[in-house]
Amino acid sequence: MKQWTHTRSNSLKCLVEDVSKAMIEMQDVWKTYPNGVSALRGIDVKIGRGEFVYVVGSSGAGKSTFIKLMYREVRPSKGSIFVNGFNVEKLKEGKIPLMRRQIGVVFQDFKLLPQLTAAENVAFAMEVIEAPRKKIKTRVKEVMELVGLGSKLNALPNQLSGGEQQRVAVARALVNHPAVIIADEPTGNLDPETSWEIMHLFNKINQQGTTIVMATHNKEIVNTMKQRVLAIEDGQIVRDERMGAYGYED
Amino acid sequence: MKIRTMIRHVREGFKNITRNGWMTFAAVGSVVVTLLILGVFLTLALNLQAFTKDVEAQVQMDVIVQQGTSRSDIDSLEERLKSLSGVKSVQFVSKEDGIQILKEKLKDNADLLTGLELENPLPDKFVVKAADPRDTLQFAEQIRTFPFVDKVKDGKDVVEKLYNVIDVIRWVGGGLVIGLVFTAIFLISNTIKITIFARRREIEIMKLVGANNWFIRWPFFVEGLLMGALGALIPISLIALGYSYAVDAFKNTLIMVLPLEGLIMQVGGFLLLIGAIIGTFGSAFSVRKFLKV
Repeated sequence: MKQWTHTRSNSLKCLVEDVSKAMIEMQDVWKTYPNGVSALRGIDVKIGRGEFVYVVGSSGAGKSTFIKLMYREVRPSKGSIFVNGFNVEKLKEGKIPLMRRQIGVVFQDFKLLPQLTAAENVAFAMEVIEAPRKKIKTRVKEVMELVGLGSKLNALPNQLSGGEQQRVAVARALVNHPAVIIADEPTGNLDPETSWEIMHLFNKINQQGTTIVMATHNKEIVNTMKQRVLAIEDGQIVRDERMGAYGYED
Repeated sequence: MKIRTMIRHVREGFKNITRNGWMTFAAVGSVVVTLLILGVFLTLALNLQAFTKDVEAQVQMDVIVQQGTSRSDIDSLEERLKSLSGVKSVQFVSKEDGIQILKEKLKDNADLLTGLELENPLPDKFVVKAADPRDTLQFAEQIRTFPFVDKVKDGKDVVEKLYNVIDVIRWVGGGLVIGLVFTAIFLISNTIKITIFARRREIEIMKLVGANNWFIRWPFFVEGLLMGALGALIPISLIALGYSYAVDAFKNTLIMVLPLEGLIMQVGGFLLLIGAIIGTFGSAFSVRKFLKV
């Protein structure tokens, strides 16, 4: 019996340690923009490996700033941010690309290059990190199949529907095996049905072990998926629930 | 950097030229126009420079020997003149030579001089040229103090005026060339900036997927270099063509023009250099602005 307790507490300890090695951690993060807008006011949060987190909140509450801090598009006025072991703020200029390679970002407006085909858009992310050409070819095919676009490799973005374009963007985010995928309202420009398809895709990716942080306005999706929900209001985290709900009427 | 990556950058640079067709056209067009203006002006300025040099080279002084100086004293004076450092040539013109020269000048009216041979009023003289024509007046001052020198005709008033005019021409010409170079730099780098601005999204995405800055810069370097060089080749050929006509047109006139080959090498080399440098660095600087994502 004693033996069992011992083992049990050990495994518990392991679990605690795992959580402390968070994928994303923010410590007392503040952000005031040069124009005086105070977007974030004292954010403390930990997101563990393999978690799926929705970030909700009304427009202008600070969701986007919160998201952008993680891949260093926005710098905090105060506080520390860690992403997969990188101290994002203390990074030397030359190390930023290395940090960004750990992160796949998906945007509301897809941000695909219009002159490149779907496959080229995805391959681009691998070329940039100087992957061998052979490896690029096989991996691009692999992720394009994963997102369900195995047959549209050579289509240009404007020949694809919005949902398909977003799938290409997800494939691009995924292609370099990122530790975490950050998505800023990825379904914001899509109709409900397509939104669901994209959401299932994210779910599939999450189940394969990739951490996902997603800012969204989509109430139905958040309420149905029952994942962790961070609610940001007025620059602060006002709610942090496991298996949470959207919690807004809008 | 891996060779494969370098090849990729060059390939991308070339691809971008065709991919952004109209933008490339605009940028190359502005390079062509500015470099054409610069090139034409440079051609004029170089010819003007050669012309003024030629005029300058004709500046000389007459050192008049005192009447009755003995032959040996004249010889020693010649030695002394020749030993001055910075003197290019010393030519002795005896009184007899002087009459001959005068006769040739007067040609048909040479008989006016009949009788002068018997009692030649002309002095013996030396025609002295300085290696640097600008030193002529200084030498004249010095030579005036030499023994057996009656006077030195250095044409001071005329020479000084000539130099003033030449100086003004050179300063204005040089100023305009420098001004045009800066205008060219400004115009070209501005156009490149616009073409890159149109592609800031591409740069942004590269940054977000973790490309390092040099990886992003290289294709722009290659592209800028190509655009600059391409933009220079067109005005170079136009100037070569136009100038060859000009050389023909002025062939049998008093106006002296520089030979085609030498001039095109100079002007062409300069334009190509400017085009390549501005193209490359214009791109580099413009990209830098968008790298701060």
